[in-house]
Amino acid sequence: MNSLPLLSLVIWLPIFGGALVSLAGTGRANVARWLALAIAILVFVVSIPLFTGYDSASGTLQFLENVQWIGAINANYHLGADGISIALILLTTFTTVLVILGAWDSVHDKVNQYLAAFLVLEGLMIGVFAAMDALLFYVFFEGMLIPMFIIIGIWGGPRRVYATLKFFLYTFFGSIFMLIGLIYLYLHAHSWELADLAKLPLSATEQAWLFFAFLFGFAIKVPMWPVHTWLPDAHVEAPTGGSVILAAIMLKIGGYGFIRFSLAIVPDACQEFAWLIVALSLIAVIYVGFVALVQEDMKKLIAYSSVSHMGFVTLGLFISLALVRATGNKDAAALGISGAMVQMISHGFVSGAMFSCVGVLYDRMHSRMIKDYGGVVNTMPWFAAFWVLFSMANCGLPGTSGFVGEFMVILASFAMSPWVAAGAALILIIGAAYTLWLVKRVIFGAIANDHVAKLTDINPREALVLGAFAAGVLVVGVWPAPLTHLMDASISLVVDHLLAAKS
Amino acid sequence: MNFNIHDIVLALPEDFLLGAICAILLIDLFLKPAQRAITHWLSIAALLVTMALILVDTDPAKVAFSGAYLHDGIAAVLKVFVLGVTAAVFVYARGYLRDRQLYIGEFYLLCLFGTLGMMLLVSAGNLVMVYLGLELFALSSYALVAINRDSGLSSEAAMKYFVLGALASGLLLYGMSMIYGATGTLDLAAIHSGAHSVVVGADLHSVLLAFGVVFLVVGIGFKFGAAPFHMWLPDVYQGSPTAVTIFIGSAPKIAAFGMAYRLLEGGLGGMQPHWSQMLAALAVASLAIGNIVAIAQTNLKRMLAYSTISHVGFLLLGLANGTPTGYAAAMFYAVSYAITASAAFGVILLLARSGFEAEEIDDFKGLNQRNPWYAFIMLLTMASLAGIPPLFGFAAKFMVLKAAVDAGMLWLAIVAIVFAIIGMYYYLHVIKVMYFDAPVDKTELTLPKDLAFRWLLSLNGVALLVLGIFWGPLIAWCYHAFGLAS
Repeated sequence: MNSLPLLSLVIWLPIFGGALVSLAGTGRANVARWLALAIAILVFVVSIPLFTGYDSASGTLQFLENVQWIGAINANYHLGADGISIALILLTTFTTVLVILGAWDSVHDKVNQYLAAFLVLEGLMIGVFAAMDALLFYVFFEGMLIPMFIIIGIWGGPRRVYATLKFFLYTFFGSIFMLIGLIYLYLHAHSWELADLAKLPLSATEQAWLFFAFLFGFAIKVPMWPVHTWLPDAHVEAPTGGSVILAAIMLKIGGYGFIRFSLAIVPDACQEFAWLIVALSLIAVIYVGFVALVQEDMKKLIAYSSVSHMGFVTLGLFISLALVRATGNKDAAALGISGAMVQMISHGFVSGAMFSCVGVLYDRMHSRMIKDYGGVVNTMPWFAAFWVLFSMANCGLPGTSGFVGEFMVILASFAMSPWVAAGAALILIIGAAYTLWLVKRVIFGAIANDHVAKLTDINPREALVLGAFAAGVLVVGVWPAPLTHLMDASISLVVDHLLAAKS
Repeated sequence: MNFNIHDIVLALPEDFLLGAICAILLIDLFLKPAQRAITHWLSIAALLVTMALILVDTDPAKVAFSGAYLHDGIAAVLKVFVLGVTAAVFVYARGYLRDRQLYIGEFYLLCLFGTLGMMLLVSAGNLVMVYLGLELFALSSYALVAINRDSGLSSEAAMKYFVLGALASGLLLYGMSMIYGATGTLDLAAIHSGAHSVVVGADLHSVLLAFGVVFLVVGIGFKFGAAPFHMWLPDVYQGSPTAVTIFIGSAPKIAAFGMAYRLLEGGLGGMQPHWSQMLAALAVASLAIGNIVAIAQTNLKRMLAYSTISHVGFLLLGLANGTPTGYAAAMFYAVSYAITASAAFGVILLLARSGFEAEEIDDFKGLNQRNPWYAFIMLLTMASLAGIPPLFGFAAKFMVLKAAVDAGMLWLAIVAIVFAIIGMYYYLHVIKVMYFDAPVDKTELTLPKDLAFRWLLSLNGVALLVLGIFWGPLIAWCYHAFGLAS
């Protein structure tokens, strides 16, 4: 074990670093860029020992830090991480470096504030994944909204104000019910510790109410159908970096919340309402997939594809719960949760990469409309190669990260019902349909117009960003063992807990 | 009532402040306008010394003047913040007053007398003392609103404030007289024991008492500006010179909490089931009207007035609990609101230059481009008022919500948060205007060179963030004042 407070470091380093970057002033853009990059890389380096130093055999919470925070209400600054958290923390630190690199040439207005906002956001998101105290979790969870609100609002597209207000009010509306739920839990448990809340006996009615309170908060964050409508707007209007972070990490917080709160604290209610989540997830997978098919805006298409893929995550989580409760089949359940987690990590890489690709095109053409493109491969061959790789991952082609998670979730749902599995497997077809059609229209074919003819291929910096994403996609796709090994023991602890009824 | 010379010593902070006010009054008479800074700094020093006198007193449990004056832990907390916030108000107000030829001794004296009134109010042990403190504050503030006598808007606001305030005082007095009639005493502690076992409707006295409670609640509602007794508030906030608005809009909320606590819990604690429902109704009405009407405002001061009404709703939610946790939460809320509001008005004062008021929300367009730091301070105040973690306002809302759920008022808590989300829109709108809109006037902002002002405002803004993260000590102090273990 390392004696450094690693989790606190990865939370507060970017936050204070962000404050420092904002002090660089609007005039000195390059100072801000290099400083922000240095901080982001430093944070990434600091986060690596979390992975190497974690004892994944036990799967317990490690790197614990526990200091009294607000004595009057018994809230603690309690940080800890298990395999699930560490995977997501690493995804966050990794993606933030790429986002800062990606913004190098494409953002020119108030660069220091832009980068500062991303660094602060990084710290807060890591805080969400590391908080083991419900109140602390909530504070990080909501605190994230302010930097994102500003990112979309200042550097976004023409309808940014509408989009950012919708994003903010939507997500805040959901989570505030969760707050009431947490207060209710606290008044019964007299503790904010997630572990204590998970042990608290609750009647079926109480669990049902709490389940919906959590559902409000996390379903909007994920987002699940039908509360996903903020996402396409936010994605379309957000600057490239905002879209990447939103898709790659912020959506994952919803899935993570389901594991830590819904499954752990109200398992009986989750079982009771699993059919609801499964149904909503299947609608997300199938219906939203079809919606993605007809989009004319690339970012919107990828946004809907995100909703569809996140449907897979919620499906995996709740399928496992239903499974383990009904059959006691722990292996299938662990497979489902593992699949959901791998899917989250994979989707982090893939969607981040896809949005970065759109950003690359947008920087050159200032258009996101599919009809403005065509035949990009002729002028940007390297770019086209990356794009095709990410598209394949988005379809779930074996050998890419997209395949692993989807395969595991489909396997798990087969153990529950072949029909659910069949529904879920449709994503492979619909996903392939909208992604490949996008590739066909944008990348292949004859050069569509003069603007496309004048395109220049990606520069080394862009190649570095896309290459890093590509490496992530391929490593997880070909050799997912380190990732699953990291999470396995923690997931089986989650599954064990699911078996214990509470009421 | 027997008079004991020792009693005067017990009320030392008030005695000192009164003496200092008289001294400043005299000194100011002999000062030339160019020497007004002496009055300014003397007034701040008087407030800070008074605050220190309260803070060094380690045994705050005193009863003097036959129970008319009581100083306890609750009074200590409230007074410390009333004094501190008022001192900050003086620092903020100076430049604004100077630009508008309002930099006169009367402003300071009236504010100081008002502060003394607030101190007496939160230390009141009997009904007469409540009234005395309230009127000392109220009369000073009527005059303050009208201090810019050449402005029609100010005079109109002062007139409204005076007439409605007088009406409220009349209602309060009427209620007091009924309570006196029913219990035969003015002493709040005696009323408390007398009114403890009353069953309303059992006899004539109990009916009289119940009516007395109604009138008291109405009077309190007026003073707080709780809907539906809020009509004066937007006009007064908008009509007053901003330097006066900041005074009226900050510390008095703390004092109003003190008054409500003394009257309702100190005197009529036994009637809690009755006034609790009335307060809950006032709270819901205030939350609804404050938050919804604020959305339509284009004038920032007026918007903040409606925002105040909504915050009063939250505060009343804490009071309505009738439990020590609820009172502690409401006190915490009042303190947090006063600190946040003074920062918000502070930014308005900072941006106001001679001939330019910075009152309309549109005046803040593109502030981030013109001055990122103060735009950030304003962002913090708005986010704090909206109750977004990790800011002070969130901590306050959280404590009130927790107390409400604890007291079994889950539905009220849900109503409160729904309106809080509706209210979030107009705070976000201000942030939007500052950050997302292009400035109309692209020039660098010329800010007053008043360093004390700029440092204090920055400190005040950052404090919202710091207190939003480390609110443990403050809530522990509030809990301690109400004898709760923390």
